[in-house]
Amino acid sequence: MVAGMWIRSTMTYRSSFALTLVTSFCVTLFDFVVILLMFGQVKGLGGFSFAEVALLYGTAGTSFGIADLTMGSVQRMGKRVRDGSLDMFLMRPAPLLAQVAADKFALRRFGRVAQGLLVLVWALVLLDVAWTPVKVVLLPVMLVCGAVIFAAVMVLGASALFWVQDAAEVTNSFTYGGNTLLGYPPTIFAQELVRGVVYVVPLAFVNWLPALYVLDRPAPAGVPEWAVFASPLVAAVCCGVAGLAWRAGIRSYRSTGS
Amino acid sequence: MRLYATVAAGGFRRHATYRVATAAGVFTNTVFGFILSYTYIALWAERPQLGGYSMEDALAYVWIGQALITVCGLMGGGFEDELIERIRTGDIAVDLYRPADLQTWWFSANLGRAAYQLLGRGVVPMAVGALVFDFTLPSGPGAWLAFLVAVVLGSVVSFAIWYLVAMSAFWLLDGQGVLQVAWLGGLFFSGMLLPLNVFPGALGEVARVLPWASMLQVPADVYLGRYEDAGALAGAYAFQGCWALVLFGAGRVAQAAATRKVVVQGG
Repeated sequence: MVAGMWIRSTMTYRSSFALTLVTSFCVTLFDFVVILLMFGQVKGLGGFSFAEVALLYGTAGTSFGIADLTMGSVQRMGKRVRDGSLDMFLMRPAPLLAQVAADKFALRRFGRVAQGLLVLVWALVLLDVAWTPVKVVLLPVMLVCGAVIFAAVMVLGASALFWVQDAAEVTNSFTYGGNTLLGYPPTIFAQELVRGVVYVVPLAFVNWLPALYVLDRPAPAGVPEWAVFASPLVAAVCCGVAGLAWRAGIRSYRSTGS
Repeated sequence: MRLYATVAAGGFRRHATYRVATAAGVFTNTVFGFILSYTYIALWAERPQLGGYSMEDALAYVWIGQALITVCGLMGGGFEDELIERIRTGDIAVDLYRPADLQTWWFSANLGRAAYQLLGRGVVPMAVGALVFDFTLPSGPGAWLAFLVAVVLGSVVSFAIWYLVAMSAFWLLDGQGVLQVAWLGGLFFSGMLLPLNVFPGALGEVARVLPWASMLQVPADVYLGRYEDAGALAGAYAFQGCWALVLFGAGRVAQAAATRKVVVQGG
């Protein structure tokens, strides 16, 4: 309902909305143009072909796009905590998280999802994968779990805003940064960094590990083999952690007191 | 003149209050610097001397980019949201009553902001990058000074672009669409995603003469010593200076037109 309100308000400036939808698509497209430009200069990156990198980019981009569309607004909450306008939400008979997520709901973010899917389809057309039933099922599971993991990280970051209202940008380094990171093959990064996104912030489960299985490539050194199927489990754990942090955040919320 | 100096100092102080935000920004810039560094290492390992840069030059380029994001407003000037909001709500009428020129006022405030960001968000990520990666450093104080001049000119061009963007709100009220287009231009044509001299053929030639090139590509090339003799360096400065003058003038014309014919909201 709140989302509907924001959609209606955006539609008031119709030409501006069309422009933002197109540019939202283009902004993310330019990310991919960079990869195209890179492959205009080289044949492979870290031992991965263009189609394989496109698969990584497409899966990460789609998952991130879905998470951004549904939960991307939560990081605006820092401002609402700062000026006390969060009180308004607390008085309404609806879950706070749903309201915050729908705050300034921006349909234009759909441009990002569309672009991710487009690259993904392109990659699947180019790729020569030996499809098995497991791989076919793994692909949509990977997209959904990836979106859930990204969304959980966004909520976790937003929970921290109850205490440090100005720190919204830290979340960006895990969400936008993670999205950029996962669009490239794990082989080009330092192994400590790869281990970090497997064991510390489990972003590798968004697409790296399942995608490596689809591509018949070995998991990064030291990661157990069953981990490629662990995405749903990891997504569930992430949600649990984010949920607990969110509740702790609400409990510690004090209004501005003016 | 004294008035504008005070405004600039105010801009500096105002941004210096948000220490947590600065720390968060430094963290984010550093993380992105790492990610980009590794992709550039992979790229330059396959194609050494790509775009005329050595691996060390390319890595320096990455961290210069991270340091200048907020200083030269590659992804937003940091003031246009506020200015657009004032235009949309009609508060701009108050600003127009002040005995100061609107453009110069915002320019001074932005200069203070850029100076703070250079110290707050520019120095630390670059120092971290220099500790972890082996990248090109300028040969001496003269080279640092030349780089600083290019950064200042770059931030002036950036201001002029974002001011023009904000002026469009007088006609469109909702500045979001134009903001996004400008953002797109800044992101891609400043060379933040990939150095402009790696862009192929005509795309590269066009990208290198657009105003956004003065915001990152030119300062980075000055830093990397690609304009060695004084004549070439003067040419680079002239390129930035010309765009600054043209865009500043355009902002002036837009401002004059707006104040003459636009009815302020609610006034």
